[in-house]
Parts: sequence; C-alpha cells; structure tokens
Amino acid sequence: MTTPLALRADAEHLAAPLPPLLAEAEHLASTVLLGDHGRRRPGLGDTFWQYRPAQPYDATRMIDWRRSARTDAAYVQDKEWQIAQSVVLWIDSAAAMRFASSDSVPTKAHRARALALAVAILLSRGGERVGLTGLRLPPRRGAAQLDQMAAILSEDDTTDYGAPEAQGMLPHSRALFVSDFLGDLGPVEDALTRAADRGVRGALLQVLDPQEEAFPFDGRTVFESMTGSLKHETLKASDLRSRYLDRLAARKDRLSSLARMTGWQFTTHHTDSPAPSALLWLYQSLERRT
Amino acid sequence: MFALGPLGFLAPWLLVGLAALPVLWVLLRAVPPAPVKRRFPGVALLLGLTDDESQTDRTPWWLLLLRLLAVAALIIGFAGPVLNPQPQREGTGPLLIVADGTWADARDWSQRSARIETLLDDAARQGRQVALATLTDPPAELVFQDAAAVRQTLPNLQPKPWQPDPQALADWAETLPARFDTFWLSDGLARDERDTLLATFEAAGQVTAFQSPRQVTALRPATFKDGEIALSAVRTPSGPGSELQLNAIGRDPAGVERQLATAPLVFEPGASATDVALSLPPELRNRVTRFEVAGVRSAGAVSLTDDGLRRREVALISGSGSAEEVDLLSPLYYLREALEPTADIIDGSIPDILLGNPDVIVLADVATLSGSESADVLDWVEAGGLLLRFAGPRLAASDVGRDAEDPLLPVRLRDGGRTVGGAMSWGEPKALAPFDENSPFSGLPVPDDVTVTAQVMAQPDPTLSDRVIAQLADGTPLVTRKEQGEGQVVLVHVTANAEWSSLPLSGLFVQMLERLAVSTRPASPDAGDLEGTTWLPQQVLDAFGNLDDGTALPGIAGEVIAESAPGADLQPGLYASEDQSIAINAISADTTLATQQWPARIPVEGLVVETETPLKGWLLAAALALLAVDIIASLAVGGRLKGPRATAATVVLAAFLLAPQGAQAQDDDFAIAATSEVTLGYVMTGDQQTDDISSAGLQGLSNTLFRRTSIEPGPPMGIDLERDDLSLFPFLYWPVIADQPMPSSDAYGKLNRYLRGGGMILFDTQDADTVGFGGASPEGRRLQAIAAGLDIPEIEPIPDDHVLTRTFYLLQSYPGRYNSRDIWVEASPADAEQADGMPFRNLNDGVTPVVIGGNDWARAWAVDQYGDRMFPVGRGQAGERQREFAYRFGVNLIMHVLTGNYKSDQVHVPDLLERLGQ
Repeated sequence: MTTPLALRADAEHLAAPLPPLLAEAEHLASTVLLGDHGRRRPGLGDTFWQYRPAQPYDATRMIDWRRSARTDAAYVQDKEWQIAQSVVLWIDSAAAMRFASSDSVPTKAHRARALALAVAILLSRGGERVGLTGLRLPPRRGAAQLDQMAAILSEDDTTDYGAPEAQGMLPHSRALFVSDFLGDLGPVEDALTRAADRGVRGALLQVLDPQEEAFPFDGRTVFESMTGSLKHETLKASDLRSRYLDRLAARKDRLSSLARMTGWQFTTHHTDSPAPSALLWLYQSLERRT
Repeated sequence: MFALGPLGFLAPWLLVGLAALPVLWVLLRAVPPAPVKRRFPGVALLLGLTDDESQTDRTPWWLLLLRLLAVAALIIGFAGPVLNPQPQREGTGPLLIVADGTWADARDWSQRSARIETLLDDAARQGRQVALATLTDPPAELVFQDAAAVRQTLPNLQPKPWQPDPQALADWAETLPARFDTFWLSDGLARDERDTLLATFEAAGQVTAFQSPRQVTALRPATFKDGEIALSAVRTPSGPGSELQLNAIGRDPAGVERQLATAPLVFEPGASATDVALSLPPELRNRVTRFEVAGVRSAGAVSLTDDGLRRREVALISGSGSAEEVDLLSPLYYLREALEPTADIIDGSIPDILLGNPDVIVLADVATLSGSESADVLDWVEAGGLLLRFAGPRLAASDVGRDAEDPLLPVRLRDGGRTVGGAMSWGEPKALAPFDENSPFSGLPVPDDVTVTAQVMAQPDPTLSDRVIAQLADGTPLVTRKEQGEGQVVLVHVTANAEWSSLPLSGLFVQMLERLAVSTRPASPDAGDLEGTTWLPQQVLDAFGNLDDGTALPGIAGEVIAESAPGADLQPGLYASEDQSIAINAISADTTLATQQWPARIPVEGLVVETETPLKGWLLAAALALLAVDIIASLAVGGRLKGPRATAATVVLAAFLLAPQGAQAQDDDFAIAATSEVTLGYVMTGDQQTDDISSAGLQGLSNTLFRRTSIEPGPPMGIDLERDDLSLFPFLYWPVIADQPMPSSDAYGKLNRYLRGGGMILFDTQDADTVGFGGASPEGRRLQAIAAGLDIPEIEPIPDDHVLTRTFYLLQSYPGRYNSRDIWVEASPADAEQADGMPFRNLNDGVTPVVIGGNDWARAWAVDQYGDRMFPVGRGQAGERQREFAYRFGVNLIMHVLTGNYKSDQVHVPDLLERLGQ
C-alpha cells in the first residue's frame, strides 16, 4: 500500500545515489582502452572486412563494381560479422554486502555496483547488449538501459546473503556474478550449472572486505551478521582465526573448481585494492571467447 | 588505636573487610570479561566452530590478584594505617620543657629539637600551657603559653658553647612558679648544680628526664711541652675503646684553611681521657689555629690555639763579636735565658737571619748596620717585623741618631748618655716610674729593686712624649717605641745585661718582653698578667664548633678573661690585644666528663623519636595505580587493546620506563656530531636572527674552506654557553649584541678553561661601520662587560707581521661586511726582534686565544641554503673583492686555529719572500 507521495519520496531516495554511481562507473570505464571488439570473421556488419571473388551464390547486387572494374573477375565486399553479444549481470545486493570494516574502504556493495556499471558501460560502448539476470531488465543497448540498470542496482535487499537468479539468461550469452559468496553456495552452484547447460560462459567476482580476509579479532566476542539474524559467540576469537581462514580458503577453492567445471572465470577482489585492476580482469574475462 | 608491630590503625574495624577478599576472588573469577559485539558478515563461516579452551572464560589469575591487591590496598588505606604510632602522653597543668643547651647538646641538637617538637605536639593535643627554656641561657621570666605558640619559637632555641652557670641557675630557680611538670632534656653530663635544680623541679611537679646513652667527647686546650704539642681528649667514661681522629687545622701558605696534621685519639675501654703528643715543625706549628676531633660537631671538640702555642722566632745579634766574653757579661745572656722557654732563638748574621723572616730581631748594643743591611732590616720592619734594640757602650759612643732621626731608632739620642749613682757621679740610682695607661706595659707591677745606673738619653723632640712607653721616676725615657710601616722599632735605653741596670735580673724584664710580644706566654695568663688590658673578640665559637666573626662584639677586660669561666659574658673564641692573642675554649685544662645518673624515682626516656607516618595516602595511591594497570590489563585480556588504545598504553608505559635515558643520549649525540668532523661553533646569543646569521656565515666559511683547503668542516653548530661542552670546538664565533645576557659563573669557568686550553674565540661587535673599536657603541660596552670575567691576555692591534697575515693567503686587511683595521689579537712579547732581512719578527708564541673586531664577518660570509650570498657587501666589483677578502680572512683564521704558528716558522721565509716579490 503505497501512496504516490511515499512512492515519490522513495524514488527520490533511490535516485539520489544514481548520478554519482554512474559518474564513477563512467570514470572507471574510461580507464580501459577499448580494443577492437569485432568478431574477426566475415558476416553482417558495418565495417569492411575483405574482398573475395564472387561466388555463384552471391547475388549480383552484392558485387562491388568499383573493385571488380580494376580486374576481370568480379569481387564481393565482405563486411565484418558484428553480432551483438548479450551480457547479463547479477550483483549481490544483500545486507552482507553493505559491510565496510573501516571508513577508508568502501562497502562491498558499493565496489560491486561500481564495477558492474563500469562493465556495463564498457560493454554497451562496445556494442553489446547489457542487462540483469531475472526478468526486470533484459539485455538491451543504449544509455537509457544504463540509467535503468543503475536505478535497479541501487536497490538494497534485506536478506543476509544473496542468491543468484539464473532466470533470463539467453543461450550462449555471457554472464557476470558479483557477490561476496559468503552465504549458502547451493544456489550459486545451481545457477552455474543451469547457465552451463545453456552454454552461458562468464565470470564470478568475489568481493571481500580486508577484515573478512584477515580476521583480526581477539578476546571474547559476539559476531553478528549485518541484519543480526545470525550470531556466534566466542570467548577467544584469536583461536578461531585459523579455522575461519581454512573455511574461507575452502570456499574459494570450491568456487574456483565450480568455475573451472563450468568454464567460468573466478577471482577474488578486496575492497582495499584499486578497482581498475578488477575492472580490467572483468573486461578480459568477458572478452574471452572460449 | 590498634597496633601491629610498628604499624597502627586509626579505624581497625575496616580491616574486617579483608575477610571478604576470598569471596571477591571467587566472584571475580566466575565472571568472564564482557564480550565485544561485532558486525561481521563472515559469521556464516564461523557457525559451528567451538572454542578450544574452556579456561578462557575466567579472568586470568594475575589479573584477579591485581584487583584483589587494589581492593586490599583500599581497605587497608581507609583503615588509617600509621607507621610508628606514638603513645599519647597523659597530663594536665603547665609544662616546662627544659634542655641543658650546652655544647654537649650540639652534636645531636636536631634530634633534640625533634623530640621537643613531639613533646609540644603532645602538649598541644592535651591543651597544656608550655614554657621552653635552656639552662645555659635561662629566660628572665618563665612564660607559660599555648603549645602552638611555643612551637613557633622552637627554632630560636639553640645550644650555647658553655656550661650552665650554677649561680645564675640558682637565681633562676628562685623565680620559678609553684606548680608545673617538667620534661628535662639532659645532655648526659653530670653536673653538681643538677641536683639542686632537680629538687626545685620535683617540688613543683612531676619530672621526666630525656637522655640518650651516648658518649660525649671533648678536647682540652693544647699545651706546649718539651718541644711537642700535648693534647688531651676526655670523654664520658663508659663503653668500649674507641679511636677518633684529631685534626690540626690552619692556613697553608696560600691562606687557604686546611688540615695540617692528624693524630689518632685512642681511648682504652672504660678510660675517660687520652693524651696525644703532636710533634710539628715550627713553621707548621705556628700556622695551627685550632685542633678538633674529627666528625664531632660540638664546641667541646674544638680547641682554639693562641700565643700559648705559638713560638716566635727571635734573632739575637749583639755588637760584641768576640766569643771570649764571660757568659754573665754577654749582652745576650739574659735575653737568651728569658726567651728560651717560649721562643725559638736564631743566631747568625743579619742577611742570613732576614732570609728566615723572624718575628723579632733583637740588636743588643749594635750601633750601626751596613748600608744594605740597614735597608734590608728597614724593609723587614716595614713588612711587620719588630726590631728590639738595647743600648750599650757602643750605641752611646756612636753618632747614630745624633742629628737626625735614624729610621731604625725610635728617637734621637743625646751624646754620651748619663750615669747616675755610680762611683763617679752624684745621685741615687733611678727607679722606674709606674707605667702609663697607654703603655703596653700598663698594669705590670713595678718592683722596687729595679734600678738604673746608666742609660742613653733621648733628645727632646716634639714626638718624644708619644714614643715613651716606660720611663724612670725622674721622667727620663727608659723604653721608647715608634711605628715604622707595619712594624715597630723599640729601644730600651739600657743594656741587655746587668751592667747598666738591674732590670734584666727582674721578673719584670720577662713580663715586658711578653707584653712586647717578643716572647709568648708559657701558660694561661693570670689576672695580674692581664690587668689593665682590653681584649677584643676576633672569632667566636658557637656550640656546634663553627667559628664566627666576633669583631662586632664588645671588648672584654683582661681580668674577666683571666678569671671567668666561659659564659654569656665571655664567649669562647679568640681574643686579641695589640699583638697578642688569647683563646678561650669551652673546655678548660681540668675538665672531666661524667655521665649523669638520674635518681631511680625519675623516669628516663630516650631521645629517639620515630615520627608518625600516616600511610593512608600512599596506600590509596597504590590502589589507584593498581586499578590503572588493571584497566590496561583488562583491555589486553578482552582483546580491546588495539589501534589508538594500544598506542596510548605503550606511550604511557614507555614514558615510565624510558624517561631518564633521554638527556644522556642527547649529550652523546651532541658530542658525536661536534667531533665526527671539524666543526665551527658559534655562541648562541638568544637573538634568533643573529644566531641564524652566525650559522649561515659559518656555513659559508665552511663551504669556502671545503673548496679551497684541506679542511672539510661539518655543518656549524650553535653553542649554549651554559649547557654545552666547549672543548669539542676548535673555534667559536661570538657575535656580541647589546642585549646579550651575561654568562653565568659556570659558563665563565668553561670559557676560561676553553681559552687556556687552546681554543679561539672571534668576538664580533658588528659595529665597525659606526664606531671605531672599543668606542661607545652598545655592543662595544657589552663586550667589555662580558670580557671582564674572561681570562684574556694583553691584546694589541694586529701588527703587520702577525701570523694571521700569511697562514694561507697573504693578507694585509681583514674585512668583513665592513672594512675596519681595528682588529685586536694577543700582544706579541715585548722582546720580539726583527732579524735583519726578515720580513717579520720571530714570534713563536701560541695561537692567539681571542680575535676582537667589529667587521661583521658573519654577514659577509653568510650563504643561504642554496649557496647564494645573503647580504650585499660594498658596491659592485669592489664589494665582491671585499667579500673575497673576507673569505680569505676566514680561511686564514681557521688555518691559524688549526695549524698554530706553523707559518711563523722562518723556514717559510724564502717562499714567502718570493711570493711577496722581494
């Protein structure tokens, strides 16, 4: 039951972070030099690819008379095949992503959204269609699509840990999952296998806070999840460190092997390291053809 | 009050709280430290992990102990612990606190004061009226006052260096009120008058005595016996044997008081006296001013010496050189007899004797002295000697002092003298007239049987009557005297043997010699000896054995000195009259010491008081400190000692642990920085701008030295005269500014050591543009004021051939920012000769310790951090030339400092001549 007034206020609230987010993503995207994103094979497209001798099946109107006039044979101008790829993104917006261990590092969610938008900008500049998994924002091109994506990405989820949505992935498209992957790995596995079934390749980016990587705690401590639904009390936190780190390593290992099995890429990014390096990795892994 | 050994508690019931500590232990132990709440997304990974150790849920035992200690300290602290609690004294009514106050008290007077203070505190608590008195200085009227008011006057109560006067005490006892209790702080010595006084006190009320069982040691006056100084020390005859040290103290030839000799004082067990004989050479013996028992602070342990111990050196010279005289006719026989016991007699010729600088020279019937002898003797007299001449046939027959007054005779003499009462003359032999009051012989009895039959006569002169100090019954002078410089010349108008008079046969002769300070008293004087004399106190002893100046005190008649015991009227000390001196000591030759035995009915308490020390504050402070440690420890245990907290805790701990080591390290750093390279120093004036310019100037000079010479100085350093070690620097630049503070005496000491040790200071008054050197500029005046305390040799304007002109460059001017010729250096010796054909004198003196000028060299040398000149010098090319010469002067100066007069050596002459183009 939302009154228009409340809706408006909500919309304002949502829209508020958009421009900076977009701007930051634009800024991030500008750091990557766009390589030629063509398909490097003849096909439908705008740019010249090659001249080849006309074959019997070529329609007459296809013959490039200007080229053919110089010789006796007839030539046909091939264009480079430019088919737009579809890339769908899933950005974890759960409460766990809103954690930042100190003021000097951004929240995981912020870093994840900035990276995702930057990738989206890059891809759409490269002529790809970008969208979100699920049914809310199917892949499309254009600036309006980016605005819309930014708006949706700005929404926060209330659950503790997010699970990827495997819906809306077109066959043989590309996908990018950005999350901390600290929650249940079951849905992730599910989504990945389903994606692999459809021939979707992509990348998994794990965004972690430095504190989650180091576990620098001592003494008697009660650990709470961001919503407070999960609690764990320990009397000597320093004793837990090694076992926590073991579990974290095991989880990364699992994600890594999952990715290998399904032909995806996996890496871990920390919020205290610079974003462009992660963006570069994303860009390259999405460009990978296999 | 509840007491545990030396510890008492004001509120002992609070100690029951200590029983709760074990309960607290159990409680504290069961409660783990409060947990920290943390938001942490990784909690999903933690689920299911359990703690390894179950031990950690309890507070660690050491933390518990810390807290228990803190709580225990609190409980005990509030229970009011007192170290050495004093039992309360009971009593009412007025209270008299009386101390003996003799020299025997002085040794532990502070202890007695403290005891009196506690007694006063007790009395104040009980609201008793108190009066305070010492027996050596009994107050005229006993006033009982509030104890707090009496306490204000306690510092005025001081011991006196004498014994109580029995008569004065008896009079005082008469004036005492009827009812009071008495606390009597005894000095531990038995005295007769104590019993009567004790009876008086007991009649008035209860008497408590305070006496500590300790030994009192005293030193009897020194006497001269058989060529040795005999000393005797006495003590209260109790206790085991002991060995003390006796010090003979006097002035050394430099006039500094020091210990001239020591001797052990060995007391046999139970012995009350010990003797020691000290054999000292006469020179040393005459210097001794006092003996004292080492380490005993009391007038009784100090014995001043006077003429009794001094042995004057008397030279005897007679006119008749022949050795064939009969003894009794020898002019010197009676003198020798009279002086031998009390003086050291020297024989010999006048030149030999004068070398020994005797106190007295006696010329018996010597008419003339050779010219040089006479001059030498006159010098000696004017330097304080006493020349005593006796007449005789030779003097009577000579023309000495006939027409004009001879400087070595007090009066002019008439031709021939006179003879009375002889076989060939009329009249009776003349007797002596009584001595005048102004005469040094005043008071001496004149025996009837002394007669004079012949004498030399004085010419009547206007000054004659002043110079006569003894005359015959008919008024003719017998002894005349005149002051000559510091000394005096005395003429006895008769012979020194019995030829002309019977004076040498009488006892008066010896007494007269004594009064003239020719001889000295063999023993303590009696009233007759001292009659008619007045003695002025020179130094007086206080009860602690310290000597104070006594010249402000009134003079004392000789009779009093002879008869009275030391007291308020006759303070122990050194008294002088004319050339003689008498020492009044607190201890006389027959003093014996005995321990006071109090009757059994009198309670005797010790003197030692343990002062009450409340410990509450300390314990509470300890509890607070423990709690502060507990805070840090709790944070550490709870895992919260992180980030800024850890830093703060570390800083606090480090401040406690590391604080004292800073200063030393700083000094070392300074010394290392100053000595690892040749470093030019400048004196920091306190004016920031001047100091900066000095630093920049020396930096510029250092750069120049580095580029042009083999001297490679480090960065220049500023020197605080009060704090820094000057000896690390070969050269100091001292810009003098008008408002520079004067160095302290310590700093002067350092500067003088520095100058003597070969350092050089360049004083720069920076005012050569306005005034000549030494002119009236404020800087010049300041320099004069500062340099007054420095050990600077004679200086002169720098001569043209000074070694500074050629230590590195050949220079004839020494410009800085200004170009004045007025540079002053240590003066060359007056006898320096310029050899023929040499361009400079042969001056092989040391490095001049100061160079003084006003050319503002620092500004000419100064460069900024980029090596650029900071201040303009002159105009254009000429100015740059002048700056170049300023640098050259600096180079020469540092070369001079470091190489001394190397270039002054004539070896370099050929090279220098060549360069000079000669």
